[in-house]
Amino acid sequence: MDSIRYIAGKEPHPRERRMIFRNVDREGWDTRFATYVADGGYLELRKALAMKPAEVTAEVRTSGLRGRGGAGFPTGVKWTFIPPDNTKPVYLICNADESEPGTFKDRYILHQDPHQLLEGMAIAAYAVGARKAFIYIREEFPDAARILEEAIDEAVRENILGENILGTEFSLEIIVHRGAGAYICGEETGLIESLEGKRPYPRIKPPYFPAALGLWMCPTIVNNVETLCHVKHVIAMGGSEYAAVGTRNNSGTRILCVSGDVVKPGYYEIEVGRMTLGELIDDVCGGMRPGRALKAVIPGGSSSKVLRGDETFTIRTPDGASSGLALRDIPLDFDTLAACGSMAGSGGVIVIDDSRSISWVLNNINAFYAHESCGQCTPCREGALWMRKITDRVVEGRGTPTDIDTLLSIAGQIEGRTICAFGEACAWPTQSFIHKFRDELTGATSEDNAAKASNPEAVAQRRYLAEAAAAGSAR
Amino acid sequence: MPVEEALLPKDLAAAEGMVNVQINGVWHRFPKGTRLIEAIGKSGDEVPHYCYHPKLSSPGNCRMCMVEIGMPARLAPGAEPTYDDEGYLPIQWMPRPAISCATMVSENLGVRTKSTLVEEARHGVMEFLLANHPLDCPICDQAGECRLQEFAVGHGRGGSRFVEQKTKKPKNVDIGPRIRLDDERCIMCSRCIRFMDEVAMDPVLGFSERGGYTTLGVHPGRKLDHNYGLNTVDICPVGALTCNDFRFQMRVWFLKETPSIDTNCGTGINTVIWTRNDQVYRITPRENNDVNSCWMPDSHRLNFHYLHGQHRLTSSLVRDGDHHRSAPSHNAAGKVASALKSAPKGTAALVVSSRLTNEEMFLAKRLAEKCGISAIATVPREGEADDYLVAADRNPNTQGFLRIFGDQDRAATLQSLRDDVRSGKIRTLLTLQEDLLAPEAGFTQDDLEKLDFLASLHLLDNGTAAAADVVLAGSGFPENRGSMINVTGRLQRLNRAINPPGEALTNWEWLATLLRETGADVFDGEAAAFKALAASDELWQDLTLARIPDNGIQLYETGIKIPLVERERERIARGEING
Repeated sequence: MDSIRYIAGKEPHPRERRMIFRNVDREGWDTRFATYVADGGYLELRKALAMKPAEVTAEVRTSGLRGRGGAGFPTGVKWTFIPPDNTKPVYLICNADESEPGTFKDRYILHQDPHQLLEGMAIAAYAVGARKAFIYIREEFPDAARILEEAIDEAVRENILGENILGTEFSLEIIVHRGAGAYICGEETGLIESLEGKRPYPRIKPPYFPAALGLWMCPTIVNNVETLCHVKHVIAMGGSEYAAVGTRNNSGTRILCVSGDVVKPGYYEIEVGRMTLGELIDDVCGGMRPGRALKAVIPGGSSSKVLRGDETFTIRTPDGASSGLALRDIPLDFDTLAACGSMAGSGGVIVIDDSRSISWVLNNINAFYAHESCGQCTPCREGALWMRKITDRVVEGRGTPTDIDTLLSIAGQIEGRTICAFGEACAWPTQSFIHKFRDELTGATSEDNAAKASNPEAVAQRRYLAEAAAAGSAR
Repeated sequence: MPVEEALLPKDLAAAEGMVNVQINGVWHRFPKGTRLIEAIGKSGDEVPHYCYHPKLSSPGNCRMCMVEIGMPARLAPGAEPTYDDEGYLPIQWMPRPAISCATMVSENLGVRTKSTLVEEARHGVMEFLLANHPLDCPICDQAGECRLQEFAVGHGRGGSRFVEQKTKKPKNVDIGPRIRLDDERCIMCSRCIRFMDEVAMDPVLGFSERGGYTTLGVHPGRKLDHNYGLNTVDICPVGALTCNDFRFQMRVWFLKETPSIDTNCGTGINTVIWTRNDQVYRITPRENNDVNSCWMPDSHRLNFHYLHGQHRLTSSLVRDGDHHRSAPSHNAAGKVASALKSAPKGTAALVVSSRLTNEEMFLAKRLAEKCGISAIATVPREGEADDYLVAADRNPNTQGFLRIFGDQDRAATLQSLRDDVRSGKIRTLLTLQEDLLAPEAGFTQDDLEKLDFLASLHLLDNGTAAAADVVLAGSGFPENRGSMINVTGRLQRLNRAINPPGEALTNWEWLATLLRETGADVFDGEAAAFKALAASDELWQDLTLARIPDNGIQLYETGIKIPLVERERERIARGEING
């Protein structure tokens, strides 16, 4: 590790632990096969091929590796969901449709270290029994797609991929598939539909769980880019040693993508849970912009629930006691963030300072989800656009206090009522922003706007509803 | 103890391939593989829904059919299950509602369809669907049979909180020769898309754009011109797809619905005839899983305008020199009856259409016997089967003809009749609902001029009528009551939806009048004729006309299968649909 030198000005922070990003911004590094092999690349694949597939899966289970795409589901457990009596082909899909706002980790792996991903995929494919794997890459990464294809060509020439890899019985073909610019293709069943050549409408679960009924109704494992790269390190270190990195049940490292109002935004690979949010912001990222105070943090990509800068969270420890935890003291792991009412998500930490208007931030997020809702199911299709239309008005100073209640009610009508998790993704920002910043949002509205509404029908409607509400309370 | 365990409801159900499901507190038993929405329907409750259709796959996209469900709690390792007095496990209710269209019944499943959670979920979905839906119900053809209207009453909030600008989408889109699309009314249930894909097997419809701007459209360079395209209008739960033919013609709540059958081919597709004031406004398919599922070809459903067209005969005519003059019915019938009766033996003939009902044919047979006529022919009408519903036999009642007049080579019989007319052997001819100059009948003008007496019972003034000495103004299919046998051997009933116009009479009334004129006993209505007919045929013996079920009854098997119905059965067997 000491011998690795990084490009001047892009050196990792001393508190980072570079595992996945070991070669990112590395001096003298390029994406060629020879460079990767000279650095010890593909040794883990050789090691894995000498094991039984079930042993590889067992190591991944032991490692406690959790998915880095957003949901944080244990990877090794996911792999065991393939029906034991399966006779159909099994597919492995690498989800490289990195599109959660605030997230920019996978792009560096794809652009600078493609062979790490290919090695991780080969090991994972071997473990789950896949002979064909896909990298579903978003349209916005055209260079990365080309780099991956070149890397795959080289690997095939070197018999790292293709038929009878390294003289074994194992064969694997990896196909790079470019998306067409839709957020929903990051949802695994939407991705699968897209890969099949259809509109990326997420499938209903049950019955279409990918591990049983995935690509072309065959068992399919979908893993994030970073997750698949971790597989290589699990094999290198062994499951139990890997599990010792990070904290209990939150093992390994993870890449945090910090954006927003800090002095040094960027990507930082840390041991999961070994750093607090305050350390990340104040130490690693150089603190808030000069003269500014921390107002809020969105800790795991735009869909995770916002946390207030001055908030104190009550955390229940395993022994049953509860303790108060300030925002800056939250350790960055999966479980504590969940206990604080948000999630580690995709690792996109968005820092918001006191110069930002909350209604503008919420409207920005709502605009994204209204634009990206696939439109398949009613609550998300209609609700996301409706919420955007309301926050549009609030930002323009045309909102009324009741709009805030309506927003909250719409979000409640979306959450838990949709085909895929997009419903939660678009409802949670609104719910949490109102929950945490209701005063500010209400302050951006005015009772006067109700009377000023240009639409006479709306005025009549409001009067009717007010009368109905009054009649209801009288009864 | 094993003995007690064997008596648990779950074991009793499992032995029959069933599962126990608790719906609103009451336990029911359903076959495995039943969709929850169907199970709830069978229990007597109704679940509002838009996208679900029993004949199509379940996309679960409208979210209207959400119900509260619960399952037995997962047992801790080593724990023993605790059954209640009735032998069921306690149900642990889930905090989120589930869609009943894609959820399969399972053992000890609990369902609530009336809880607060369910009501709130439905309120939410209704509000969302109406948010951008244009409220143009007064001029919308779907008004009165619109699911949005229907469920807004039962499951809506009443008021609207939506004060934003509604989304604008294409309106009055010409997506095919028979169908028009109003995209603003579309609620994106995808029923039409799935129908065209899964049943019509011509996937021309699809969505473009995204989210709230999602737009239904046809594939570039294509039109929705499939012969089964109008079924999409039937299953569209809102007014997005409307039928050009019916559009703006009549408010549906004024229409009377008469269940009947289609007479354009031998399949005998089950229909509903929609009428008002003795006029047919539209015809839609009626579900019959043994005949036509829920579907109907456009060519058949739109083939009724001739009933009210300019060629419709509204009074009977008799020849007066080189032209016709209208005549009272009894006068016209008297002329025909005396011509038939007075014709020397072997010189009179009957052409009996295989479009007649069994009862009409039975009367025609009686008439022939009474007048000593032995030359009886029908006009075969062969086309190509379309691999969906349309049968190769374009006569609706060929089976009935063969059963009543005996098995025969129909083409040869007709050929010999033509020959006998040409040779001058046949000099008197009555044709019942057949235009003899039509290509399939094959007579020429010269042939008809050789006859001493020609009478035509038909609803239109066709070429045969022009050449006829007496023209009896008859009836069309919605004016008739009676039975027919389809190509598979299924006996079905045709019901009277309207009365014939003017002085036209039904075919039945004409035949009864002719019989009466010849001095024979006449049945008191079609039902009595059916009874007499049934008495002469052991297959029908226990039946009466009124007792033929609405979906018909299989009398025998001809071996002919209806391809669409066969495909649907395969889909049911594969578990793709409940059917």
